[in-house]
Amino acid sequence: MTEVLVLVDHADGTVRKTTTELLTIARRIGDAAAVFVGSGYESAKDTLGRYGATKVYIADAAELDEYVIAPKAQVLATVASSAAPAAVLITSSLDGKEIAGRLAVKLGSGLVTDATDVTAELTTEQSAFAGAYTVRSRITHGTPVITVKPNAVTPEPAPATPVEEKLEIQLPESATRARIVERQPRAATGRPDLAEAEIVVAGGRGTAGDFGPVEELADVLGAAVGASRAAVDSGWYPHAYQIGQTGKTVSPQLYVAAGISGAIQHRAGMQTSKTIVAVNKDREAPIFAMADFGVVGDLHTVLPLATEEIKKREG
Amino acid sequence: MKIVVLVKHVPDATADRRFTDDNTTDRVGVDGILSELDEYAVEEALSIAERGDAEVVVLTMGPAQAADALRKGLQMGADAAVHVVDDALHGSDAIATSLVLADAIEKSGDVDLVLTGMASTDGTMGVVPAMLSERLGLPHIGAVRELTVGDGTVTARRDGDVASETVQARLPAIVSVTDQINEPRYPSFKGIMAAKKKPFQTWSLDDLGVDADQVGLSAAWSVVTEVTKRPPRSAGEIVDDDGNGGARLAEFLAERKFV
Ligand SMILES: Cc1cc2nc3c(=O)[nH]c(=O)nc-3n(C[C@H](O)[C@H](O)[C@H](O)COP(=O)(O)OP(=O)(O)OC[C@H]3O[C@@H](n4cnc5c(N)ncnc54)[C@H](O)[C@@H]3O)c2cc1C
Ligand SMILES: Nc1ncnc2c1ncn2[C@@H]1O[C@H](COP(=O)(O)O)[C@@H](O)[C@H]1O
Repeated sequence: MTEVLVLVDHADGTVRKTTTELLTIARRIGDAAAVFVGSGYESAKDTLGRYGATKVYIADAAELDEYVIAPKAQVLATVASSAAPAAVLITSSLDGKEIAGRLAVKLGSGLVTDATDVTAELTTEQSAFAGAYTVRSRITHGTPVITVKPNAVTPEPAPATPVEEKLEIQLPESATRARIVERQPRAATGRPDLAEAEIVVAGGRGTAGDFGPVEELADVLGAAVGASRAAVDSGWYPHAYQIGQTGKTVSPQLYVAAGISGAIQHRAGMQTSKTIVAVNKDREAPIFAMADFGVVGDLHTVLPLATEEIKKREG
Repeated sequence: MKIVVLVKHVPDATADRRFTDDNTTDRVGVDGILSELDEYAVEEALSIAERGDAEVVVLTMGPAQAADALRKGLQMGADAAVHVVDDALHGSDAIATSLVLADAIEKSGDVDLVLTGMASTDGTMGVVPAMLSERLGLPHIGAVRELTVGDGTVTARRDGDVASETVQARLPAIVSVTDQINEPRYPSFKGIMAAKKKPFQTWSLDDLGVDADQVGLSAAWSVVTEVTKRPPRSAGEIVDDDGNGGARLAEFLAERKFV
């Protein structure tokens, strides 16, 4: 079978869940082959094998971390030109899409971004215009390059022992033009990563600056915390947690919107959530039109009571 | 110094957006605007020009109506506009768009800095600037929230997926900015009047020396096989909080096995 390349998304070898989703999709199409760029492969090894990577290409050199985006596209292009894969799968994130754009030009390939599913025949599904349309496409030229949104599929283990191939990468000058001079990893919160969380509890202007009730509900549900742009612009929550067109796109099993009106730019980032719950004191808020369940009320009383009740139920 | 700002004319997200019979975005029968995310790029160019000495050119590729986006850029304060328009461009994908824009940037001559939005609000791909970087052989810094230009280099603070990074590159360079970088100005009355007299060029594919076979719907490297309008999410159960709202919420979450 032909290989399907999956770019491993990891932090020092800790593999993100999105990568296990991509490996699951890759196995529908062909042999899952992971491409690991950076250091920490030893910690990534088990997870990649568990989710069915039969091959791993490893590019580990300090130099690769010194430049932004371009080195990863370079590594993928190098592997793709010798392995002739059926497709290349990359996580749909800001960085992932930039890598994909570069790779598509390098390979002379068609590109689909933000896929919400990919079939064995490489038909992709996307959601367009803030979720109003579903679009199916096929790439007709070159090696299909596809970025896939988090939570597109449930990761399924399929243990394999990957064959490892170490790559010698000489970065061309063209990949070294944007140099990283300083890096600040985002502070750990102890909560799940927003983009890949199963449950997200988000707060908006209605919190009036107090995210306590939102965080407490998130913690009993094991959820990530998100925020609307109004809450971020007011300085109540960091921008890294903004959900929407200019923030993160999430697609969790459950999305709880508290004190968020549901503006189109916000919906663009959460519309593909499986179940949507809203708490808002305005019955006319647009968010209710898309909610599976809603409470018209003050979040400062509704959320704490729900949190108490859930604690009771869970004993 | 010469700054080219890439601006896209897009269907207004607050109005009805749809596809046409050939499964391309309807850009004719709907209200269009300058993509809001590109306004941040225009603003950044203008403020660089105000601090130093720079010429700001707004550039778009799009149908006749896309001239409106350029006009808005001129009204905000850009010095000149370039519109790439050609019937053959209809239905172009990001690959073809980047090909045409790359040639247009080269034809503009002696460009020091290309500024773009983080993504267009219709396609929301966020790939065109990275593609331009490959095609033009220029460095690209994306997701930028702070930008300093000086001494032949750019220094940018970018919001990457997992880290915030300071990135440096030599000019000429391409920089894509986010909505965190500034607050775009509104055109003033004076700006609106002045815009009418500013240089406005229109280029066809011939002017760029791009072959019509390389662009448009028939040259796209992916095909849309099916577009379906999703039924609006039917509203679920909405309850008034009579003191019991919290408990009802917990009950719903338990029914759906989230608890
Ligand atoms: C280019 C552009 C990009 C944008 N990108 C994004 C983006 O990425 N993400 C994003 O979120 N927005 C984005 N926006 C902004 C968006 O248009 C809205 O302004 C924003 O989402 C509003 O946030 P909000 O719902 O928290 O605030 P509001 O719209 O003010 O809504 C607050 C809601 O809280 C309710 N409320 C108030 N008090 C309480 C209470 N005590 N209990 C319960 N409910 C209460 C109110 O009834 C109201 O419905 C963007 C806008 C533009 C122009
Ligand atoms: N047709 C176009 N004309 C001019 N600029 C464009 C065009 N398409 C994309 N861009 C620029 O590239 C950025 C990213 O677009 P996209 O990759 O389509 O999301 C936009 O914010 C614009 O600055």
